[in-house]
Amino acid sequence: MTRTVLAVDDSPSIRCMVAMTLREAGYQVIEATDGQEGLEKALSHPIDAIITDQNMPNLDGLGFIRKYREHPSSKGKPIIFLSTDSADSLKQQARDAGALGWMVKPFTQAQLLAVIKKVLG
Amino acid sequence: MDDDMMTVFRQEATDLIESLERGLLDLADQPEDRDLVNAVFRDLHTIKGSGAMFGFTDMAAFVHVFESAFDLLRSGQAAVTPEIIRLSLSARDEIIGFLGGQPDPEGRREAILAALGAAVAGVGGAASAPAAPAEVALVPVGGQRLHFRLLGNALALGARPDLLLNELRELGATDIRADLSQVPALDALDPEICTIGWSMCLPAGTSRDAIDGIFLFNEADIRLDPIEAEAPAAPVVVAEARPVSVPVPTAKKPVEDAPVTADRGGATMRVAAERLDHLMDRVGELVIADARLLQLAQQSRDPALMAAAEEISRLAAGLRDTTMRIRMVPVRSMIGRFRRLIHGLSETVAKPVNFVVRGEDTELDKTVIEQLADPIVHMLRNSMDHGLETPAERQAAGKPAEGQVTLEAEYSGAEVVIRIGDDGRGLNRDRIRAKAVANGVISADALLTDAAMNALILEPGFSTAEAITELSGRGVGMDVVKKTIEGLRGSIEVDSVEGRGTTFTLRLPLTLAIIEGLLVEVAGERFSIPLAAVQEIVELPPDKLEADGGADFLDVRDRLVPLVRLRRMFGSQGEPDAYQTVVIVRAGDTRAGAVVDRIIGTNQIVIKQMSRLHAGVRAFSGATILGDGTVALILDVPHLAGVGQGVDDRTRGAAA
Repeated sequence: MTRTVLAVDDSPSIRCMVAMTLREAGYQVIEATDGQEGLEKALSHPIDAIITDQNMPNLDGLGFIRKYREHPSSKGKPIIFLSTDSADSLKQQARDAGALGWMVKPFTQAQLLAVIKKVLG
Repeated sequence: MDDDMMTVFRQEATDLIESLERGLLDLADQPEDRDLVNAVFRDLHTIKGSGAMFGFTDMAAFVHVFESAFDLLRSGQAAVTPEIIRLSLSARDEIIGFLGGQPDPEGRREAILAALGAAVAGVGGAASAPAAPAEVALVPVGGQRLHFRLLGNALALGARPDLLLNELRELGATDIRADLSQVPALDALDPEICTIGWSMCLPAGTSRDAIDGIFLFNEADIRLDPIEAEAPAAPVVVAEARPVSVPVPTAKKPVEDAPVTADRGGATMRVAAERLDHLMDRVGELVIADARLLQLAQQSRDPALMAAAEEISRLAAGLRDTTMRIRMVPVRSMIGRFRRLIHGLSETVAKPVNFVVRGEDTELDKTVIEQLADPIVHMLRNSMDHGLETPAERQAAGKPAEGQVTLEAEYSGAEVVIRIGDDGRGLNRDRIRAKAVANGVISADALLTDAAMNALILEPGFSTAEAITELSGRGVGMDVVKKTIEGLRGSIEVDSVEGRGTTFTLRLPLTLAIIEGLLVEVAGERFSIPLAAVQEIVELPPDKLEADGGADFLDVRDRLVPLVRLRRMFGSQGEPDAYQTVVIVRAGDTRAGAVVDRIIGTNQIVIKQMSRLHAGVRAFSGATILGDGTVALILDVPHLAGVGQGVDDRTRGAAA
């Protein structure tokens, strides 16, 4: 069964890198350019996992995760939180907001696949 | 990474760097604006993130320090100063250098960062480099038994115990057992909480990091017990490996919730301009073919055919509009480099200046915008270099020390008017005259109006600058500007008041390809007038049928409009019909009433350039093909207005 990942990032290059890497690995990818669009797509598409950036216009990553987690349909959907900051406090905030895991930029395509495989199998 | 991704990255980086520059320049004007600081910070942050992803690690490290400075500004620990803006702009330029792979042998980048750090109160040096690669510590542990239990809402967050067990198996886990001791009775079972624990044997030498790696994303209660006597020393007990998190229900507004600065990231596509031109050509042909079909359908009087033809006509018009809109670009797209230019020049020539831009959203055809940038740069340089006086001179003249340079764009009928002006010293007509006489452009005793004198600076080889300065006077004169503008079927005028400033007014056609036209008939021939220039159409009163000597005017609601009798202008034979019509057109500030025999209706004009043999014909700006395949000439509205103005001047002359 093809798994669908929602990639939320305002940077087209990172979105493109994430999408291409995952598509090549056989995942289906939906893209969103900020937290608000991410929220709309997460609630209107059948998705299996989310990868979201923190720094975004309109609604940032933490805000997006919190709002998404208010919906029952978010239960059991893993969220990977991207940031350039490796500080534990931010990871803890992400965790508290409802992210399952995180990745610190920069990361390689192999690392990305490893993380997705880790949460989706 | 493949090339496509790299292209996307480069495009994104270019956009961000532009946005960064815009933000910094805005910030220079409004240093207190917290939103702008946030916007700059976010741009830097994204550049850093993407840069590191795409292998620009040096750049990322550089931007990191740059960003740290703005983090302090963002948190209010430091205030924006002109020095910070200046250094930030330099740092921004270095980012371009990084992207272009330029080396930095003189250590300029370090110097900029150090200075920036000092400017923001000694922060630059203290900032650390971005995430160093994680050190893999291999701490071997003996053969051991691992117990783990997922905590809290792990399942709701998407944790998958099955996957964890798979990973542990890959690590060599054996004898995996489930601990069901805490699973409650069925009626008390909450399926969202994982109440099962697991334990397993792991081989000796399994590193603690490997285990932590597996549980990286999972808050779990992990315990390691040594097995048998193999354990070297005291039992290694690592419980509560990760802090237990207490989910905090937060409805707090996120800090990063900054306002939208630009709709970056929208789905856009880059297309070669050539393809757009081809598309436009095809649409032009379609519009002509459509006119033909419509005419045939009307002649056939077949309602079904007419309905179909009208439908196609509607679709063709829609396609035409869409195609033209694709080509429209806002003036804003070139403003960024102008602002930077002015900012830089202002420092070079030591003339403080306030650069005012109005009407940035005015859109023009892409081709026009592209060809317009260089002439405008030239005019802005002129304003900064020759137009504005030094602060001392200004104050002596009773003006504020800070000069003003303006760039305004607005729609005016079928045209876009762009004005570039300064409030400087204005043109020195004596010097212009002397120069023109010296160059043999005019004779020593020529009598010229002020307007004609001003227009002289648009002639080839004309520069009144005494010395070639660093800024302008590099051999490109205003004549090149004029040529470029006229090449775009536009016009340029110079207005200047000595001591008060100089303004260049550019008039440019909105599009270059297809326009709406008003088809008129004069002595059996058909002509088209660009509809956007048509203000109104009135009947010619019977008493005005013949021109009465000098004063050939029509009184339109108390405003006099000079009449241009096209029959006479074209030297047509035969007597005019008793009912003539006046089409009132406007070009810039002047109006004229074109007297025609008959209005036929509106049509689509696909402008075809006339051959070089007709280059000298001023009355027509081009030709178009009508529905029946015949050709109609397009009346040149500025020329019409000019002829009308001539009528005006003559009558004034007669009256004087």
